[in-house]
Amino acid sequence: MPTQIIMPQLGESVVEGTIGKWLKKEGDLVKEFEPIMEVTTDKVDTEITASAAGVLLKILIADGTTVTAGTLLGWIGQPGEALPAGVGGAHPVAVGGHAPAPAAPATSLPGSAPAPQRDLGFISPVVAKLAAEHKVDLAQVTGTGGSGRITKKDVQAFVESRKSGLQPRPQEEPAPWETPGDGDLFRPAELQMPGRQTASAAPPPQPGTELIPGTTVALNPMRKAIAEHMVRSKHTAPHVTTVFEVDMSRVAAHRETNKAMFARDGANLTFTAYFVAASVAALKAYPVINSSFADDRLLLKKEINIGVAVSLGDEGLIVPVVKRADEKSLLALAREVNDLANRARSKRLKPDEVQGGTFTITNHGVSGSLFATPIINQPQCGILGVGAIQKRVTVVNDAIAIRPMCYISLTFDHRITDGATADYFLAKMKETLEGWGQSS
Amino acid sequence: MPELTLIEALRQAMDEEMARDDRVFITGEDVGPRGGVFRATLGLYEKYGAQRVIDSPLAELSIVGVGIGAALYGMRPICEIQFADFIFPAFNQILNEDARMYYRSGGEWAVPMVIRAPYGGGVGGGLYHSASVEAFFAHMPGLKVVIPSNPADAKGLLKSSVRDPNPVLFLEPKKGYRLIKGNVPEGEYTVPLGQAAVSREGADLTVIAYGIMHYYCLQAAEKLAAEGVSVEVVDVRTLLPLDKDTLLASVRKTGKALIVHEDNLTGGYGGELAAIIADEAFTDLDAPVKRLAAPDVPGVPFSHPLQDWFMPNPEKIAHAMRELAAY
Amino acid sequence: MNLSKDTLLDMYYAMLRSRRLDERAWVLHRQGKIVFHISGMGHEASQIGAAFALRRGADWLAPYYRDLGLMLCFGLTPREFMLSLFGKQGEVSSGARQMPSHFGLRRANVISTSAPVATQIPHAAGIGLGIKMRGEDAVVLTCIGEGSTSQGEWYEGLNWAAVHKLPVICIVQNNQYAISVPAHLQMAVPNVADRAAAFGMPGVVVDGNDVLSVYRVIQEAADRARRGDGPTLVEAKTYRPVPHSSDDDDRSYRSREEVAEWKKRDPILMFKTYLEMQGQLTKEMNDEYEARVVAEVDDAQKFAEAAPYPNLEWAAGPVYADHTEYTIPNTQYK
Repeated sequence: MPTQIIMPQLGESVVEGTIGKWLKKEGDLVKEFEPIMEVTTDKVDTEITASAAGVLLKILIADGTTVTAGTLLGWIGQPGEALPAGVGGAHPVAVGGHAPAPAAPATSLPGSAPAPQRDLGFISPVVAKLAAEHKVDLAQVTGTGGSGRITKKDVQAFVESRKSGLQPRPQEEPAPWETPGDGDLFRPAELQMPGRQTASAAPPPQPGTELIPGTTVALNPMRKAIAEHMVRSKHTAPHVTTVFEVDMSRVAAHRETNKAMFARDGANLTFTAYFVAASVAALKAYPVINSSFADDRLLLKKEINIGVAVSLGDEGLIVPVVKRADEKSLLALAREVNDLANRARSKRLKPDEVQGGTFTITNHGVSGSLFATPIINQPQCGILGVGAIQKRVTVVNDAIAIRPMCYISLTFDHRITDGATADYFLAKMKETLEGWGQSS
Repeated sequence: MPELTLIEALRQAMDEEMARDDRVFITGEDVGPRGGVFRATLGLYEKYGAQRVIDSPLAELSIVGVGIGAALYGMRPICEIQFADFIFPAFNQILNEDARMYYRSGGEWAVPMVIRAPYGGGVGGGLYHSASVEAFFAHMPGLKVVIPSNPADAKGLLKSSVRDPNPVLFLEPKKGYRLIKGNVPEGEYTVPLGQAAVSREGADLTVIAYGIMHYYCLQAAEKLAAEGVSVEVVDVRTLLPLDKDTLLASVRKTGKALIVHEDNLTGGYGGELAAIIADEAFTDLDAPVKRLAAPDVPGVPFSHPLQDWFMPNPEKIAHAMRELAAY
Repeated sequence: MNLSKDTLLDMYYAMLRSRRLDERAWVLHRQGKIVFHISGMGHEASQIGAAFALRRGADWLAPYYRDLGLMLCFGLTPREFMLSLFGKQGEVSSGARQMPSHFGLRRANVISTSAPVATQIPHAAGIGLGIKMRGEDAVVLTCIGEGSTSQGEWYEGLNWAAVHKLPVICIVQNNQYAISVPAHLQMAVPNVADRAAAFGMPGVVVDGNDVLSVYRVIQEAADRARRGDGPTLVEAKTYRPVPHSSDDDDRSYRSREEVAEWKKRDPILMFKTYLEMQGQLTKEMNDEYEARVVAEVDDAQKFAEAAPYPNLEWAAGPVYADHTEYTIPNTQYK
């Protein structure tokens, strides 16, 4: 019996993946755990390894094709082994990319064509209640209210007619494994984010733009993912940015003193480690920043998991996460930040390592920026921007002094909190950084 | 069952209560030989004498204040305010004294009295002979606020009010005094306070009203029935304390609620009804709770076309019903 | 006036009891044990004189907030007053829903009172109307300060009483100040009683610090009322030797010299001197009275301090009465 190669779900909110490149051709021998293809998702790029030894019997989905998680990509088996009848019948769904979409969409169920997705209009409280009580699929109800709205009477009539047999009874509820996934995890991204259509659909060309000569560059999956994520974040959260200036003298001194010692322990002591540590202190003091907005409530996160943005140059950027940063020493933080950044650049991050962040730091100062207004990494509350550390003239005790100064900014979701709390947060960071080594 | 006008039914109620209980007396402006400017007390002076039908000085606060004192002493006063528009000099007495007396005395002193006041527009009365005042008073726990919409209820509710141990503000839709006629049961009966009535059954939407607006709502509902829309009409009858159960049961049944009053919209009594429905019947709603009320101007203008613009009427109500039915 | 020696001494003791209870309330406030006190000090002669001229228990009273002396004569006990100061369960005027001194005593025909001034005057007229309609020979006394006679309620209430010749006595305890505002900024006439002419009723000015004068005037007014000759307006000129309430500072609006001058005419001092001159009160008797009063006040304070607060359900109501029949005790009316 041949073994399936399936598009893995590379993270709990990941719904699809793109086949970057098959590393084997049909007919090649493969060992178990041998990389057979590269997969790109909006979170991470990784290699997929063979789950069985044998021969790559069949490649069903070509390079560059994006498919939903769970899609059958190919088969591994013994040389000459026959594939099960109807190969490809395991519902590969192409949602993008360059390969032609398979003929049969996976969502079709025998005997019950689900109503085409339509805008049901406003669903009143009582209609929602009746639909739930009587297990009515509102898509099957004809609306007679204003603008075709489904009214209470429409639902009641539907239920009545169903009782009297005028309408086909709904199918016996199929077993879960027979039902195509429609939860968040498996729903195509465009259904999950209805607003995205307008946001990301190509705008009609402005008059005249097509006349300007230029070159079209295809977007890589990471670019696409970033584009989608940035637009969604800006649409989701009202962003507000507040900026503090921090005197980094004490941190710089501490770093000078300890750099060699840390190096002996195998860690490159970067300023980033200090900012992670200071963020932890401020998040502990103002836990509302360590939260997510969820419709009607706030989710205050128990863990403090700090993402650190790593630039991958032209390709994009990625945000590996330092998990449970609040439980780690400066040494451990420095070591982990280095490790994650290195592996991010060499694309060796595990999917798990780019997930679960509760707060993000972006060190835009590395490229000389003084301060910036970064975009929140959804669904987090805030993102810390760290500017370049520069020696500047500043006033200390009414005397002019030259100090290594740094602007830090907090961009926060104004649905969750307000300017005052954000300022307290930054004030706590400033206090921590400026007082480094004094009390600890 | 004899057919009476609203004001005849009210007069009958007072007459019967005065005959039943010699503690009951009437005071107010022109209530004596003149029989009241609307003739509500016509013939009672002749029947019960100047001792029990007392023409008061032209001073509303003391009509109420003296009534309170007499009630504390053990009498059962019926105090008439000639027009509800003129009740405000007595506002302090009604709110601070009348409504609060029972609570503030730890239950030692109840105030069994009725304050009757003709209210409402559509009579060419301009700003100061047309006002609807119920919202000011329905805010005050301790007071009862009653508004009848038909002769049978008017008689039964007024008799209950006279017998009630609490102060009752009895607001009478004066445009309906002679306009609204109806059969009144013969013999002794009362209509309990604190109970709304479903005056017309229907399935498609609920309309909640009181006073003359309730009368108009019945007319509009009739019109809608001819168009195939089934309207249920609820008569609030007692605004305070409110019978929420009857209202909510009807709205839960139909899923739609229209509230009608001739008082202006903002801060009106309908806002409270809408809030209760939204709060307690939300999951049964199939449409937003709608209010039809007079516009937010400081009073009813005098000139007829202007007055017509101000007043809700059966046509405007029918229009609002249609819109809600089509939602 | 043919008052017996015993009655005179009863009057003196009543004044002393009102004063000492009042003083204790101030002390309790300054100790932080109670939150508010409004005083009847200086008004004892006006109040006790009036109370003794009435048939307490049969006549009616629509008091105001300074009437501690009157209330004690109408049967309010020092313990009950202390309960009101502490806001404790069993308080008789309101069940501790109202602030102290918002008097009311159903068992003694004293109606409940509020804080907006002069609202009780139309009530008194209404009670008078009821008395007249029922043909009783009771009278109703209502009390008010001179400042509150500026209110329309006062005019409307007394107008009713006059028009219908109701058995109403209105005693204005003119203590010269409405909180801080002197009487000459309330009215352009020298006496409140002068206004009686406008109503068509007799107006009498009496020395409010002379208990026997007040007694005589109120007795005459009560006789008129019982005869069916209608109401009387009595103005008792007196003085409030203390601030308006525990929250007031009277130094901002009147001189200490003025207060000291009035204290020489303290009603209790005046009556004590009179009784001593008549040979009806000895130092031994006075010492015994003082000791008895202190014991009563001490007992009342202890009682109230030990009393429980009302249950919280008591705040929620009842809001509406549910008596189907309403009857007033202490009247012959059924």
